[in-house]
Amino acid sequence: MSTADTLQGFKRDGRVVIVGASLAGLRAAEALRDEGFTGKLTMIGDELGEPYDRPPLSKQVLTGWVPADGTTLPRRRDIDAEWLLGVPADGLDLANNHVRLADGRTVPFDRMLISTGVRARPWPVEAEAALDGVFVVRTREDAAGLQRAVAAGPSRVLIIGAGFTGSEIASVCRERDIPVTVAELAPSPLVGGLGAMIGEIAADMQRAHGVDLRCGVKVTQLEGDAQGRVRRAHFSDGSTVDADVVVVALGGIRNTEWLRDSGLAVGVWGVACDAGCRAFDLNGLVTDDIFVAGDVARSPNPMYEYRFISLEHWANAVEQAEIAAHNMVSTQANRWPHLSIPTFWSIQFGVNIKSVGVPTYADEVVVTQGSVADHRFVAAYGYQGRVTAAVSFNNAKWLDHYRQLIERAAPFPPPCPTPDQPLDAKPVPVDFPGPTLLAQGATVVVTGHDPGERRVTAMRQHR
Amino acid sequence: MRVVVDLSRCQGYAQCAFLAPDAFRMHGEEALMYSSNPDDAQRHQVLRAAAACPLQAILVDQLEGRDAPVGTSPS
Repeated sequence: MSTADTLQGFKRDGRVVIVGASLAGLRAAEALRDEGFTGKLTMIGDELGEPYDRPPLSKQVLTGWVPADGTTLPRRRDIDAEWLLGVPADGLDLANNHVRLADGRTVPFDRMLISTGVRARPWPVEAEAALDGVFVVRTREDAAGLQRAVAAGPSRVLIIGAGFTGSEIASVCRERDIPVTVAELAPSPLVGGLGAMIGEIAADMQRAHGVDLRCGVKVTQLEGDAQGRVRRAHFSDGSTVDADVVVVALGGIRNTEWLRDSGLAVGVWGVACDAGCRAFDLNGLVTDDIFVAGDVARSPNPMYEYRFISLEHWANAVEQAEIAAHNMVSTQANRWPHLSIPTFWSIQFGVNIKSVGVPTYADEVVVTQGSVADHRFVAAYGYQGRVTAAVSFNNAKWLDHYRQLIERAAPFPPPCPTPDQPLDAKPVPVDFPGPTLLAQGATVVVTGHDPGERRVTAMRQHR
Repeated sequence: MRVVVDLSRCQGYAQCAFLAPDAFRMHGEEALMYSSNPDDAQRHQVLRAAAACPLQAILVDQLEGRDAPVGTSPS
């Protein structure tokens, strides 16, 4: 039997298991059916209920506009799946091709997709994390609890961590005129994702909206009262803050523990896979039957020197799900690479912040258009003389222009495309805390638009 | 009804906020806030908003309740 016949047989009556029934898992299931897969489809998820959307949890849900259980994802089509919900997967047996569930059941498959995502990083001291009034925000139950606490009118909310989620929550609290303290170990908010220049702008924005922003400090202890309610936080500089709501916004932990003994290439950065979403095993060999998509995937991006990059971006989850689904039911010659330029958004303090590319993959940054003072501008990021990313504040219409510059590996700094050239458009060092992605390597350009046509070509460096 | 907006595509043209103001609102100059489950009474306006989006970033449920999982299925 030829490979094509085997594939046709698999498409007709094979078994696909999707572990992780959130955005990436659902979109992959829909894409599989779109691609003509008529076999048995099983969706495994640790949360009960249908897949729901998470970005609104720190925005519309927190303001009280949308109930926490009201963000169920719309369906693009019927997926005719068996749903195994409320029980996490516990192991993967690659020798026998089955998934083990925590309740002991096993689910056999011919091909599987891993889309188990990320969970919130909890406060490290368990007794303090268990205090009433201490929250993380990842699930709809988390968001419902925090929404109730915020609606009750707390005397002060302390947010630990000034990344995107922490900053968005601070913004919602300030809109409701609730006193807010934000504690961040780094020198400014958003600095880990966007660098020092944008970090300083974000710090100004928070302070202008009345946030008590404390950078360069660590929260050393959360103190509760006799009733087990959080009352006070102690900082590394010896100061304290009284707060009755504490939000721990320290990022996420990838849900990979269940794969520890699977033989796949799994680590804190996720499950390594190729650009076609096929998982690598421990030896670095690509597997044929195991695919990865969404926050838990760690894949090489040719645009960024083939570095393995993990992204917790909504659009990335959707795109990888579609690529993985396509490749699951395609022959080798028809596989697609995931060559999308990452995009991201955040809404905070009335400003729409968006990015394209990978801002951490840069050595310089420059404001290319607009006005920083008005919080309406675009900043371009460059690495070794080519454009690698851009960030807009209330200027989203321009990002597609910068996406094209990134795909063409256009020279950095790029010229201002509009008449509103900033007065001081000098590139400055990008200045990220901690290790960055940078290294020497190949530069490529992307051609093609549809997923089936997108390919890269190698090019010479600008300098 | 269920709605999701691909905000990485949204460019803040605000057509949706004009056509279905109870479901889509501008927050500041160009940030969109929307209701993920607008009342069915707004269905007509929401569908018009989805059709009018220049970026086609608004996805409305194509199923409305079919194919919903029912808790943990027995093995």
